[in-house]
Amino acid sequence: MQADGNNLSGSYLMSGGKKKTLKMWLTSTDHKIIGLMYLYAILVFFLVGAVLGILMRTELIKPGQDIMNPQAYNGMFTVHGVIMIFLVVIPGLAAVFGNLFMPIQIGARDVAFPKLNLMSWYIYIVGAILAIISQFARDGAPDTGWTFYAPYSTSSGTNVVFGVFAAFVLGFSSILTGLNFIVTIHRMRAPGMTWFRMPLFPWSLYATAWIQVLATPIVGITLLMIIAERWFKIGFFDPALGGDPILYQHLFWIYSHPAVYIMILPAMGVITEIIPTFAQKRVFGYKAIAISSLAIAGVGYLVWGHHMYTSGMSDFSRIFFSLLTFIVAVPSAIKVFNWISTLYKGSIDLKPPLLYALAFMFLFMIGGLTGLILGSLGTDVHVHDTAFVVAHFHYIIFGGMGFAFFAAMHYWFPKIYGRMYNIRWANISFVFTIVGFNLLYFPLFVIGLQGMPRRYFDYLEQFQLGHFLSTMGAYVLGIGITMMIYNLAKGARTGDPAPMNPWGGKTLEWTISSPPTTENFDEIPTITEQPYNYE
Amino acid sequence: MSQEHSGHTEHRDDIGSKMGMWIFIFTELLLFGGLFLVYAVYRNQYSEDFHIAASQLNTFLGTLNTIILLVSSMTVAMSVTAIQKNDHKLSFRLLLITLLLALAFLVNKYFEYSAKIHHDIYPGSDLVTNLKHGQTLFFGLYFFMTALHGFHIIVGMILLSVIAYKVKKGKINSEDHVLLENGGLYWHLVDLIWIFLFPLLYLIS
Amino acid sequence: MEQEEKHITSYSFLAKILVVLLALTAVSVAVTWINVGPLTIALALFIATVKSLGVLIWFMHLKYEKPMFTVMVAGVFVLYAVIIVITFFDYWFR
Repeated sequence: MQADGNNLSGSYLMSGGKKKTLKMWLTSTDHKIIGLMYLYAILVFFLVGAVLGILMRTELIKPGQDIMNPQAYNGMFTVHGVIMIFLVVIPGLAAVFGNLFMPIQIGARDVAFPKLNLMSWYIYIVGAILAIISQFARDGAPDTGWTFYAPYSTSSGTNVVFGVFAAFVLGFSSILTGLNFIVTIHRMRAPGMTWFRMPLFPWSLYATAWIQVLATPIVGITLLMIIAERWFKIGFFDPALGGDPILYQHLFWIYSHPAVYIMILPAMGVITEIIPTFAQKRVFGYKAIAISSLAIAGVGYLVWGHHMYTSGMSDFSRIFFSLLTFIVAVPSAIKVFNWISTLYKGSIDLKPPLLYALAFMFLFMIGGLTGLILGSLGTDVHVHDTAFVVAHFHYIIFGGMGFAFFAAMHYWFPKIYGRMYNIRWANISFVFTIVGFNLLYFPLFVIGLQGMPRRYFDYLEQFQLGHFLSTMGAYVLGIGITMMIYNLAKGARTGDPAPMNPWGGKTLEWTISSPPTTENFDEIPTITEQPYNYE
Repeated sequence: MSQEHSGHTEHRDDIGSKMGMWIFIFTELLLFGGLFLVYAVYRNQYSEDFHIAASQLNTFLGTLNTIILLVSSMTVAMSVTAIQKNDHKLSFRLLLITLLLALAFLVNKYFEYSAKIHHDIYPGSDLVTNLKHGQTLFFGLYFFMTALHGFHIIVGMILLSVIAYKVKKGKINSEDHVLLENGGLYWHLVDLIWIFLFPLLYLIS
Repeated sequence: MEQEEKHITSYSFLAKILVVLLALTAVSVAVTWINVGPLTIALALFIATVKSLGVLIWFMHLKYEKPMFTVMVAGVFVLYAVIIVITFFDYWFR
């Protein structure tokens, strides 16, 4: 390791002085290598999903059929959802940055079950392959939407079984990762690192892991029920046999609502790491953030019916879910106050990670506040299943988790690769990304309110302008993301060597070399202070 | 804990290992939990029909299977006691008995299923789909839940066989037997699920 | 880290637990012959719950593990119960 903490030659990426071979990568149980394998796989699937999105937006640039027929469009929004949700956003931050940095942040050399960790990645890949096969196998791509609602999913003539089974397998990967993280955080914290001396990113991963472990099995069994309906006419969701399609929705959303907290909690954890570093100030309300993560995870289990207000549920049920939905907004808002308070009177350094973190706060707030419009019964009836919903969840998932992912990438990049990217190009791609993002999604709020339905291949003339602007936004965003990825890829290969702590962070990963050695620490540290101990 | 600097540091953490198994058990409980939820919803709606359909099930075989699993839970727990007392022979034999009991369970289920199928009672059959709604759903639940449970019995048997082999070879011993404890936990889970399946399917007539 | 002193459950104690579980099973079967109407399912579930506690606490050794394990197990059952109740907010009041 060099004097400034750079360690390109002896890092976890090297073996015996040379770069690790592909075989070493594919058989490594090192959490950092596994984290990168997830990163590259997720990047590929994100790009596939993004291209699908751009194709859909291109189809919607004007009314009528432009580049694809209706069946193809239905298949496209289905697989776009399946890829983005199950292959990108749910594993996303936890599998990549959780794997890369959680053990280091708690002072451990690896996770509790390294071999299981590698197996999780392989299970993920199998699930991904099944999802891809579902696109091309003989009955054609599933056209049910990623939500696979009965009764259409039990009768559609497309490859629903493949699609549903892919999601089942991917759920397994998620469960095993969550299991691994829970045990790691319980058992492998460094001496002196009590729960309330642990940084907030591991806290968010802990809350997330419990959701992964407890919610995923329910969608797992539900997906198996879909297969049982299709193959054996089991009748659970078939009114002709006495079943109730709404029960499918209950079972599906009992998982899929907590799933969005799987997406957003680690994102909030990332932001909570970045803000103190670039304000050079202690996190405001450390305990509040830690506890609110658990509160979000807990209360998040009780709100699933807000996806079902118009389905035919009882009134009592709808009122209950609406009330709980407003309650769960509170701990999320608490975090926003804490971040802003941390920035207040801090020594602000407007580097790319902070730019993306600030963008996150802005986009997350728009997503969250529009979520309240959807969460309130009366207004939801008007906007349910419109483009308003599409805009809401893209703001909160893409604007939230996605931008947090970009922020994390730009923050931890020098630590991962031991090199720095070009800051100016990072800033330029940021501008394209944020402008493109808002141009793509904001018009959808407007036309949604005006009545534009979601998942529609065609539309009335009056929505043309909104759709056109949105499609332009997609292209601008596409340019921004392409620039960002190119800049990062170039930096990884030929960027200037990075020092140990380029940003002045206070968590443990900034005390080891850039990149780290395989063992992470020469000696496991003993922790004696609160985290984020800026002067 | 030994610290090795070449390659990866191995560490042994029995409590962590056990915690991992418990968490996996939680996932299995919730997996079946989804089915129990479906059961609850439809039983609430079609209680009379559930009662009628359940009378078609063989309560004797169901009770026998319950007894078999409870005994097998005891034998696997005893095999842990045996290994803690360094009695490899007894531990191995108790595991064999557990496996035999598991096999007996599956044999009973085979008789149950074949009798049902012989009478045209299976999911998707003309007979079942033309029954009253609650009865159709009851049989759907019966087959799905017991088949999924049976699958877990098979997985448990494979697991316990591997563990039994390791006990014989001494790889699992009085100093290091968390694998046996974890295998036992999995087996108890299979028993737990049946403890709830049994009354809900067989004892509501 | 040193592995902790393990509590060893005696064979006879395990056999006693089994006897209790079998007795409870007999009770739940016998009860079906008595018609208690809507109570049937409640009683059956109650007995099943008692049996499962026996398996959890003694066969699965929860009594002798760290308290954290019991907290987790209890938490999972509570969460599951809450989910069922909330689902029934729909079905009870339709």
